[in-house]
Amino acid sequence: MSTAPEIRIEDLRRRQPRNSGLISGHRACLGCGEALAARLVTEAAGPDVAITNATGCLEVFSTAWPESAWTRPWIHSLFENSGAIAAGVEAAYKAQGRSTKVLAFGGDGGTFDIGFQALSGMLERGHNVLYVCYDNEAYMNTGIQRSSSTPHAAMTTTSPPGRERMGKRHLKKDIISIVAAHHIPYAATASVAYPADIKNKVRRAMAIDGPTFLQIHAPCPLGWGHEGDQSIEVARLAVLTGLFPVVELERGGIGSVLQLREPLPVNEYLKRQNRFRHLFRNDARATQELEHLQAIANHNIEFYGLRGDRPAAGDACGADTVRRGG
Amino acid sequence: MIEIRIHGRGGQGNVVAAYLLAQAAFHQGMYCQAFPNFGAERRGAPVVAFVRLDDKPIRRRSQVREPAFLIVQDQALLNVPGVTSGLNPSGAILVNSTQDESWLNEHLGKTTVALPANAMAKEHLGRPVPNTALLSAFLSLTGLFPIDALKEALADRFKGELLERNARLVDVAAERVNAGIWNEAVHATST
Amino acid sequence: MLQALEGSQALAKAVALCRPQVVAAYPITPQTHIVENIAKLVADGEFRCELVSVESEFSAASVALGAAAAGSRAYTASASQGILLMSEVLFNIAGLRVPMVLTCANRAVSGPLSIWNDQQDSMAVRDSGWIQLYCGDNQEAVDTTIQAYRIAERTEVPVMVCVDGFVLTHTLEPIDMPEQSLVDQYLPPYAFSRALNPAQPISIGTLVSPDFFTEARHSHHAAMIKALAEIESADTDWQEVSGRGWGGLFEVQGPEDADTALLTLGSTAGTLADGLAQIPGGDRVKVIRLRCFRPFPVEALQRACAGLKRIGVIERALSPGQGGIVATELRDALEELDNPPKVHGFAAGLGGRDIPLTIAAEALRRMDSGEATRFAIIDVELDKLPPEDR
Repeated sequence: MSTAPEIRIEDLRRRQPRNSGLISGHRACLGCGEALAARLVTEAAGPDVAITNATGCLEVFSTAWPESAWTRPWIHSLFENSGAIAAGVEAAYKAQGRSTKVLAFGGDGGTFDIGFQALSGMLERGHNVLYVCYDNEAYMNTGIQRSSSTPHAAMTTTSPPGRERMGKRHLKKDIISIVAAHHIPYAATASVAYPADIKNKVRRAMAIDGPTFLQIHAPCPLGWGHEGDQSIEVARLAVLTGLFPVVELERGGIGSVLQLREPLPVNEYLKRQNRFRHLFRNDARATQELEHLQAIANHNIEFYGLRGDRPAAGDACGADTVRRGG
Repeated sequence: MIEIRIHGRGGQGNVVAAYLLAQAAFHQGMYCQAFPNFGAERRGAPVVAFVRLDDKPIRRRSQVREPAFLIVQDQALLNVPGVTSGLNPSGAILVNSTQDESWLNEHLGKTTVALPANAMAKEHLGRPVPNTALLSAFLSLTGLFPIDALKEALADRFKGELLERNARLVDVAAERVNAGIWNEAVHATST
Repeated sequence: MLQALEGSQALAKAVALCRPQVVAAYPITPQTHIVENIAKLVADGEFRCELVSVESEFSAASVALGAAAAGSRAYTASASQGILLMSEVLFNIAGLRVPMVLTCANRAVSGPLSIWNDQQDSMAVRDSGWIQLYCGDNQEAVDTTIQAYRIAERTEVPVMVCVDGFVLTHTLEPIDMPEQSLVDQYLPPYAFSRALNPAQPISIGTLVSPDFFTEARHSHHAAMIKALAEIESADTDWQEVSGRGWGGLFEVQGPEDADTALLTLGSTAGTLADGLAQIPGGDRVKVIRLRCFRPFPVEALQRACAGLKRIGVIERALSPGQGGIVATELRDALEELDNPPKVHGFAAGLGGRDIPLTIAAEALRRMDSGEATRFAIIDVELDKLPPEDR
């Protein structure tokens, strides 16, 4: 005698075919924001792409020879040349009469810092490349060292708090403004907490013949100091406090922004992460740094006009959608 | 082999002069080599270029230290140390100059011909670029090969009116000097 | 067709004849004229390619790598600081076994700053895993550029064509530019076996653990050794179709039974030959012009040098604190011979110092007098230095 197997909706969802560029089995940490973001980007970009990848976590966890989690043509050359490799692939495809879109991937180190020049050159020359920066705000691959993307006052192994210091002394580099200053057709920020937004932005960039840029805020549980199952919530708080504005810039001007009806105090975001732990001590300097960070958030909210009356941080996908991968 | 050293100033077309002479020889079926004394060239700074002409392939790449002939595009360079050094005792100097030729001969102690190339170039090209006139005069003096080869070389580089003006300047400059008086020097200095 | 061309102009034409689809370069003296001439050919519609004028040599090499990995024939050129700036990419290109051709317009490396010729730049990247071919004149530079694509594409090892900066790149001389049809026949359209293609997605440049890295290195080394035959056949086959060959791995002039040889790389060979012709007994001396420095043709050199009593190596580079680079490698290669010749190392012509005709005689004098030992900079003028630096 047989009984009909019980089919759960969750299982059906899981079995639904997805055209992922990055498939399971890779070696990313639990709750890795970068792995999630890369998968969402490749799903939205579709199959007719080639990917160039800067050195970093994404490259390391996805391709331990002889295995690879990539289902797209993929090349990793060096840390600082993802933009230039992408430019070369694009030039070749152009010469060959191919329409395959080139995606360039890099972390914040490979984008804000060491790969900055190659990125700028690629943007200036107008290559038809979508550059995606997975921004986890430090050199995570080498064990959490500060980058120019690391937020002000955050603790990393090279910006530790101590008697003389309260974490990183400098500000997070405003990469999106710098990129937008190249007057490229489309530059945007996004967050793994808003997967539908990521996909929409990728689709929009894919339709543009020219250089486009997407900066995706992607928590690193290890580097930020939170549990792996908190990544989405932490990422969402970065947006809801105004510390990570989700915006679109077209030809250098501000386009649409993800509006916040009731911005949360930055403490709500900071206190969830060990990298800001030293700011919650009974210390006048800590209080001052918290004030600095709140001022940065306030500036973002003001500058981009984030305060709006629409429902707060709307996203078509709920937490369940995020869990099953958008 | 005939070795020639050309002295000039940055902006006077010194390298072009060397290339033109070599290209002209090439059109005559000769082997040739022309190269600048590679400097970080700036307008007005003294520059040197070298030309070798031969009826067999030229293998050496060293600078010309003992030239048969010197072509000097600016008379003031004659006072610069080293400009005339190494000149073959049987060789000669062609200089872009308005100075008296016999005085130059005596002053330099070398066979010297002066050509007012700046004025000639100004008249025919509208600019004081002395190289075309000097090269034409050089070919006329030495009889190395006909000036038509120089016109061919000019045609490799210039077109239209500029080419025509240069060609006229070639004719005028060739007639300005005593054709063939350096024939002997060519024979005496060939290696 | 025979033309009187500046070396750089001829090289640009040679590159165009090879029909690379992507050219990426950043200007640097003395490579600039090559890139300028390519840009002119492209502007005039005589050369169809994607010319990417990048923002640094680092990106020049990277763009060329991306293009070659995407299956296009790619080209770049540089010199000196540019070669060093792209050196990280050079190792990467070779290690990924992506074929392409690079012209190195050889120039000294700073500091102190020198824009002039020597071969320190290409020598500095000798361990990058690229094939390195050194050219004696501009005709050879043209022919070698064409050969280089065939070698690179057959071996999947990139090829660096080394051309003495200024001494060749800025010298006008008669050059026989091959017909396009001849080059097309010699160099058929190319399909990279591991091209980035969405229809057959592969991952290039993965992380390789200690379990496999040694094997990757071994296969690269083995490919370099196998490339020796490919370099020789590229030259032989080119000679068959064009009538010009350059000796394959190296070119030897002089009597077979000579007991003395001078060995050099690049444009110095002709000056040595003319210099020898001017001195008594000079006709008893062999000149070996090493064309292929990487892979180092150990066995072929052993055969060519067997029977020699002494060899003077004259090279335009040195390894400070060690001495002659080529001399040291040659000494090592010949060690297995029964009576290995004594190898004298000389550096000369550094930072653009002219190598005169007399250099051959001076090298032989030092080898005769016993003055020469392992290494000396032959044309140093010690009186220019304070006593403590001599």
